[in-house]
Amino acid sequence: MKVTITTNGVRATHDVEPRLLLVHYLRDVLGLTGTHIGCDTTSCGACTVHLNGLAVKSCTLLTPQADGSEILTVEGLAKNGALHPIQEAFWEEHGLQCGFCTPGMMMTALQIIAQHPRPTDDQIRHGLEGNLCRCTGYQHIVNAVQAAARKMAGQASGGR
Amino acid sequence: MAVTRLFGSSIKRREDPRLITGEARFLDDIRLPGLLHAAVLRSPHAHARIRNVDTRKAAKAPGVVGVFTGQDFADLNPLPCAWQAGGVQNNLNTPRALEIDRVTFTGAGVAVVVAESRYAAEDALGLIQVDYEVLPTVVDAEAAVRPGAPQLHPNAPNNICMDWSCGDRDGTEAALRGADVVIRQRLVNQRLIPNPIDMRGAVATYNPASQEFTVWMTSQAPHVMRLLMTAFVFGIPETKLRVISPEIGGAFGTKIYLYPEYCLVAALARKLGRPVKWMEDRKENYVATTHGRDHVTDLEVGATRDGTITALKVKTYANLGGILSTIAPGIPTTLYGRMLSGCYRIPHIHCQVLGVYTNTGMVDAYRGAGRPEATYVVERAVDLVARQLKMDPVDVRRKNFIPPEAFPYDPVGILAGLTYDSGDYDKALNRALEIVDYREFRRQQQEARAQGRYLGIGLSTYVELCGAAPSAWIGLPGQGWGAGLWESANVRVHLTGKVVVTSGSQSHGQGHETTLAQLVADELGVPIDDVIVQHSDTLGTPFGYGSYASRSAAVGAVAVHMSVQKIKEKARRLAAHLLEASEADIVYEDGRAHVKGTPDRAKTIQELALAASVGYTLPKGMEPFFDETSYYDPPNCTFPFGTHVCVVEVAPDTGQVRILRYVAVDDVGRVINPLIVDGQVHGGIAQGVAQALWEGAVYDGNGQLLTGTMSEYTVPKAEFFPRFEVDRTITPSPVNPLGVKGAGETGTIASTPAVVSAVMDALAPFGIRHLDMPLTPRRVWHAIAEQRGEPR
Repeated sequence: MKVTITTNGVRATHDVEPRLLLVHYLRDVLGLTGTHIGCDTTSCGACTVHLNGLAVKSCTLLTPQADGSEILTVEGLAKNGALHPIQEAFWEEHGLQCGFCTPGMMMTALQIIAQHPRPTDDQIRHGLEGNLCRCTGYQHIVNAVQAAARKMAGQASGGR
Repeated sequence: MAVTRLFGSSIKRREDPRLITGEARFLDDIRLPGLLHAAVLRSPHAHARIRNVDTRKAAKAPGVVGVFTGQDFADLNPLPCAWQAGGVQNNLNTPRALEIDRVTFTGAGVAVVVAESRYAAEDALGLIQVDYEVLPTVVDAEAAVRPGAPQLHPNAPNNICMDWSCGDRDGTEAALRGADVVIRQRLVNQRLIPNPIDMRGAVATYNPASQEFTVWMTSQAPHVMRLLMTAFVFGIPETKLRVISPEIGGAFGTKIYLYPEYCLVAALARKLGRPVKWMEDRKENYVATTHGRDHVTDLEVGATRDGTITALKVKTYANLGGILSTIAPGIPTTLYGRMLSGCYRIPHIHCQVLGVYTNTGMVDAYRGAGRPEATYVVERAVDLVARQLKMDPVDVRRKNFIPPEAFPYDPVGILAGLTYDSGDYDKALNRALEIVDYREFRRQQQEARAQGRYLGIGLSTYVELCGAAPSAWIGLPGQGWGAGLWESANVRVHLTGKVVVTSGSQSHGQGHETTLAQLVADELGVPIDDVIVQHSDTLGTPFGYGSYASRSAAVGAVAVHMSVQKIKEKARRLAAHLLEASEADIVYEDGRAHVKGTPDRAKTIQELALAASVGYTLPKGMEPFFDETSYYDPPNCTFPFGTHVCVVEVAPDTGQVRILRYVAVDDVGRVINPLIVDGQVHGGIAQGVAQALWEGAVYDGNGQLLTGTMSEYTVPKAEFFPRFEVDRTITPSPVNPLGVKGAGETGTIASTPAVVSAVMDALAPFGIRHLDMPLTPRRVWHAIAEQRGEPR
C-alpha cells in the first residue's frame, strides 16, 4: 500500500507491504541505518525516533500507521554540519561507548528535555526507562542529558 | 609545536562523530548488491535426534532462493575448541554449521532458508517440517553427573567434559583439619545472558574466480576467526578469507567466538554465488549466543580464631551447556581456579572443577570470565569467616592482605608460575572506607536498626588478572590455549607526516582509536589529529589475537609503543646524518630530533618523515620510510585490584533492596584516558550489580529457556542505579613500559560480591548469612519470612 511520510524534512511516497515495520521502512527503504534494532519486544529503545514530535519505538509501529506523519531520526539532528546540542553533549560527556543504543537514547533524551527543560537526575533516569544501554552504566548518559539541557536552555534564552 | 601531555588526558573520543550522527556502519547496516538474507530454523527441543528434515514446502515459498539442512554442509568440519582445560583430558563436542543428526540445546540450528528478504526467509521457516525423536533432558550440572542422568555425548561419560584441579589437595585438607574454625557454604553463581544491545551477524561474499571469501562478522578477534574458519572448518588456505569486523555494538565476550552461523553464511555465499547475510534477532541471541557464569560451588574455608585464613577448598560444577563454545573449557579452569587466592595470603588452596554438559545454551567467557566467579567465592568466604568469628569484615581483610612489600607475589603456586605484579591493597581499601565514611555508617546502621530499618554495607577487595597473556604460560603445554597470546601493531609515518597505526586489537566500544592515538601522538610528538588508528580488518592489519580479557592496553598498546620507539630510533639515526652530528648526540623529544645542548640544530618528525619517504638523503644502508611492526608477548599478566563498597537498605516487608551508595576505588595502573576508564568502570559495575540483584537465566526441566526475551530477563535500566562514586589509586604495573594494567572488567569482577555482602550485612539481624543470587525481592522476602517463622 502507498504511504507518504516526511522523514527529516524530506517527503516521500512509497509502496510498502502493510506489515512492514516502521524501523525497516527507515532502514531498508530510506537507507537511514542510524536507527537501530536491538530486540523484538519493544524493550531496548534502540529504534526510538520522533513521530510528529513524540518519541516512539519504530519497531512497534507498522509503516502505514505513520502515513501522513513527520518523522525525525538521528540523521536529522545535525543541521548544516553543526551538531545538535544533544549530540555535542553525548560526545563531551562520554555518553556512549559502543554507540549502538545512542541514536535511540538521544531521541528519548530530547523528549525528556522537552518535558523537563531542567531535568533532575531522577527525571532523566525515569525518562530513560524504555532505553537500554549495556556499556555505560548510564551515568555518563545522565550527565550528557544534563549537559544537553543546559546547552539548550542557553540557546533558548540567547535567542530571546 | 605546542606539545601537551595526552597520556592521562580525558580527551573526547575520536570515534564518536560517526556514532552520534547515525553514520557508523554496524553489521546490519551493510548493504551489498544482490544481497540474500538467511534465517535459521532452530531446534525447539533441548535434546533430540533429528530423524528427517523436509524442506520441500519451504523451498517453494515466495522469494525463497534455497533451503538447506545440516547434510548440505557435511563437508565442513565441526567448529574447533581453541582453549581446552590445561593438562587434563577434554571430551570435546563442538557445533557444526548446522547440526546433522542430534541437538543438545534449544536453539541449535537445524536448517536455513535463504531468500530475497528477511521477511520472506522468516515466512518460509515455518514451512520446514522436522521429525524429531525427543530425548530426556538434564539442565542442572550436578544432576548431569549423577548415575542414570541422560547422556548427551558418547565421548563424555557422565556428561563430564573435563575434571580439572589446581593447588595442593593434601595440604589443604590437613590445614582444614587443623583450623580453629571451618565454614562450609554452597554458592550458586547463576547463569547470565550477556545482552549486548547489538546482536551477532555475518555477511559473506565469495569470488569463484579467485576462490576467495570476504566475511564481515561481529567479532572481537577477526584474525583468529579467519584462522579457525579456514584451517579448521573449511580446510582452505588462510589467505582465501578476509574477515572484517564492522562497528560492533557491544560484545562483553560473546563475540570472541567462532559461531556456526558465520561458517554457514560463507558456505551459502559459495553455494549460491550471491552475497548472503544473517543477522541475529533478540530471541536467537538469547538461545544461540553464549551465556556466562553458571557455577555451583561448595567451598570450605578454614581460619584461626584471630581471623587468619589458613585454607580454602573449592569444588565447582561448571555448566558448559549442550555443546562447547570456542574457549569454554579455559574459562572455569585457568581464569577461575588460578585466581582463588584473591588478594589474600592463603597458605593452602585447592580447587577442583568439573566441566559438565547439560541441555542448555553454550556458556563461555562473559565480561570478567572466570575472575568474577573466583572473586565471588573468595569474597564470600572472607565475609563468612568474619561473620563466624564476629569480626569486622574490614579487619579480616586487612589481616589477610598480601602486603605491598610481598610483590611480586606467588599465590602458593596456583597461578602456575605467574606472580601478582604489584599492589597496595590497603591503600585502595582505606580510600574507599574514607569516601564512604565507614565508621559513621556503622553508627547510622545501629541507629537505623533501632528504628526497624535494615541498612547494610558490603565490601569487595579484589584482585584480577588482565593483559592475557605470556604465550609460554597460557599455551597448550600449560594452560591449554591453542595458540599464543601476544599482540601486534604497525606504525607508519607517511611522507606528509601523517601517522597510520594498525593494531591487532579490536575495538567494540572501548575507544582504541582515541587511546592508541593518544599514546602515539605523545611519544612521537605529533598532533593527535595527524594520527589515525585502523583495526578489525585482516587485510591491512598485522595478525593479532583481538580484544578480550582486558588486554588491549596491557598487551595491544604496548606493541604500538614498541613500534613508535623503533621509529624514534630510526628518526634519530636519520637526524644525525642530516645534521652531521654523532648519533649519540641526538635527542628525540616533543616531535623533534635535535643535537644535545643545541635545540636549534633540529629536524622535526615531519621533516624526517619526508626525508625517509623520498629517500634522497638517507645514510648508507638505511631503508626508506618509517614503517615498524612489533609483536609484544608480555612476560607476565597484570593484576589490577581495588575496593568496592556498596551500601543498601532492605525493606523487610517487601524484600526490596535499594542501593544507597556505591563507591569504587580501582587501581588499574597508569591511566591513558580517565574519562574512558571511568566509563568502563561504570559499565562494569552495572553488569556486576545486576547479577547480584536482578539477572539470571532460568531453564525449565525440559531445557526451555524461560527468560528468553528482554521482557523476561532483567537487563537493568537507568533508574535501577544510584550515581556511582568512582576513585582510583595508581600503582603502575612493572610488567610493561606503559605501567598499565587493564580496566575493562574490574567493575564486573568487584561489584557482585560487594552488593551481596551488603545485603547479607543488612539481613544479619535476621540470622541470615548467605542467600544465592539474584537477590530479588521475592527471594529476600522469603528468607526473612522463614527466619521470622511467618507463613509464606
